[in-house]
Amino acid sequence: MRNAVRPLSPFISRHLPIEESPPRVVRDASSPSAGVRLEGRWTSAQLGIRQVWRSLDAELKQLAGRPDQRWDLASIEQLDHVGAQLLWATWGRRWPQQVDATDSQRSMLERVGRFSVESPAEPAFSVMRGIDSLGRRVMEALEQARALTEMIGQLALDVMRLLRKPGTGPWRDISGHLYQMGTTALPITALVGFLIGVVLAYLMSMQLRQYGAESFIVNILGISLVRELGPLLAAILVAGRSGSAITAQIGVMRVTEELDAMRVMGISHGFRLVMPRSLALAVAMPLIGVWTILASLAGGMLAADLAMNITPAYFVNALPQAVSLPNLGIAVLKSMVFGVLIALIGCHYGMRVEPNTESLGKGTTASVVTSITVVILVDALFAIVFRNVGI
Amino acid sequence: MAPDMEQPVVRIEGLVTAFGEGRRRVVIHDHLALTVTRGEILSLVGGSGTGKTVLLRQMLGLETPAEGTVEVLGEPAAQMGRRGASSRVGMLFQQGALFSAFNVLDNVAFALRELGTLPTSLARDAAMVKLQMVGLKPADALKMPSDLSGGMIKRVALARALVMDPPLLLLDEPTAGLDPSASDDFCDLLRSLHQELGLTVIMVTHDLDTLFALSTRVAVLADRKVIADGPPRDVALVDHPFIHTYFQGERGRRAMAPISPFAPMAVKD
Repeated sequence: MRNAVRPLSPFISRHLPIEESPPRVVRDASSPSAGVRLEGRWTSAQLGIRQVWRSLDAELKQLAGRPDQRWDLASIEQLDHVGAQLLWATWGRRWPQQVDATDSQRSMLERVGRFSVESPAEPAFSVMRGIDSLGRRVMEALEQARALTEMIGQLALDVMRLLRKPGTGPWRDISGHLYQMGTTALPITALVGFLIGVVLAYLMSMQLRQYGAESFIVNILGISLVRELGPLLAAILVAGRSGSAITAQIGVMRVTEELDAMRVMGISHGFRLVMPRSLALAVAMPLIGVWTILASLAGGMLAADLAMNITPAYFVNALPQAVSLPNLGIAVLKSMVFGVLIALIGCHYGMRVEPNTESLGKGTTASVVTSITVVILVDALFAIVFRNVGI
Repeated sequence: MAPDMEQPVVRIEGLVTAFGEGRRRVVIHDHLALTVTRGEILSLVGGSGTGKTVLLRQMLGLETPAEGTVEVLGEPAAQMGRRGASSRVGMLFQQGALFSAFNVLDNVAFALRELGTLPTSLARDAAMVKLQMVGLKPADALKMPSDLSGGMIKRVALARALVMDPPLLLLDEPTAGLDPSASDDFCDLLRSLHQELGLTVIMVTHDLDTLFALSTRVAVLADRKVIADGPPRDVALVDHPFIHTYFQGERGRRAMAPISPFAPMAVKD
């Protein structure tokens, strides 16, 4: 009968506040060997309450060392598997000599006992495996470099295919990506560029004033912003914005087997996924770069006017003499390379995502970090290669 | 003990569920009523888009009713999601919804560990017991969800749903995507767990074999309401176009073969 009533207790809890029936151990005071009676609700919900657990745990730890104890479970209101597990652990994973329990409690404890096995151990750390994993990492880095090179080659082949048959190209996709990665990036790049321009101009004005060389602000801002900072800032922002988006999109497509579905239809990932994104960024990135340069120059112009009374008219007039046209050419060329690299790295990490959430997060992070690093590396390369041009 | 015995596990009255606003508003449930008492295995059936899964989500408090009340275990469903919810209700999602970053053991033990009181070893042992109760081997405990077959994912998800012995278990298409023998095994498993743990089970299913094998009651959703509600064989005989095509099509006849010949139609008012 008790058996039938027991699972009902969740409903009783509505009338009886949970606090009123915590699991507890009642000791018979008459003699020390008389045994213990367990009362209350031995359920996981109760054991999850901190105060309840603390007092019960202390009590049970005391009892654990006394094997000839008599255990009376019959007045437990409700026992679930976690409660049974707790008792079983207290008893040292075997039946004590004397137990009073109902049939259902007995069968639950028996089930718990039968299934309480050692869980398979996680492999322990060893030096050999450390070396092994180092080697594995090196191999993986090489493999990644190979895959990235392959992707660049594939992109070249796909672009040639597009040039031969322009009508078959994924133009709608390209224009969609152009909007997503280009147009929607305009406000944030303008804001960041403008603020950097203002900050640079203010800092420079303090130094230049000491030498009375205020008018050189145009040269300094012009060269640094047009040649270096504008394209770099834009590329870093786009790497964070669109690089992560590309990885996440393609990664989710991989998790949901969309990539496989596409391959089954005989549609190449390179032509349909990688190329549109690369082309879109190759077009959008130079435009965003120039846009960022303009915004930062506007910021610098404003700050120069406020801090040093250099009028915008003078600024605009002096700019073409300070910054020769090749500088702008370098900026555009650089931005185009940055754009293609960001897209390729994003796609590369997206294709390597494994079907779990952790891998998706790791892939996205790796994509952003790698593309920003690569952008800065390539920027340094450009600085070396074009050191004699335009200055 | 009598009055508590009568209290329903789930009580839904005048439920209106609607998505969208204004002209795009789509009403899924229109003053729907349903009561589930303790120990039942209730199957929800209905054509696709009749809001079976949405009804389960209402019971879990994952959707908000536009009108009406949904009470689960005597509390409004909106409060289901508070701390310790897995000791009140277990849900088996259609795709399993296992945490893909955890291995099987950590998936099952997750709710216990989040309690923050139980020692690690106890939580692990309790999870191992549940894993074996649903028919998995101890060696499976360290596998990742991405390495599991469809049937194993369902079993792990079931073990996770049951880890704190909730009195109520909700299943969304428990046998979808399983091969016939795996789904028979799963039915046997559910039946034995139902007996051992005294569960109340509510499931959405399209699988007529599962439906006749397990359910003590069937509720048919159509026209935004529960149009028929009763033991499987009685419901199968109700005169409604959906029930006709559903139960008395080729597949329905096959699944019901043991209970034919048909009695005369009983029309539910």
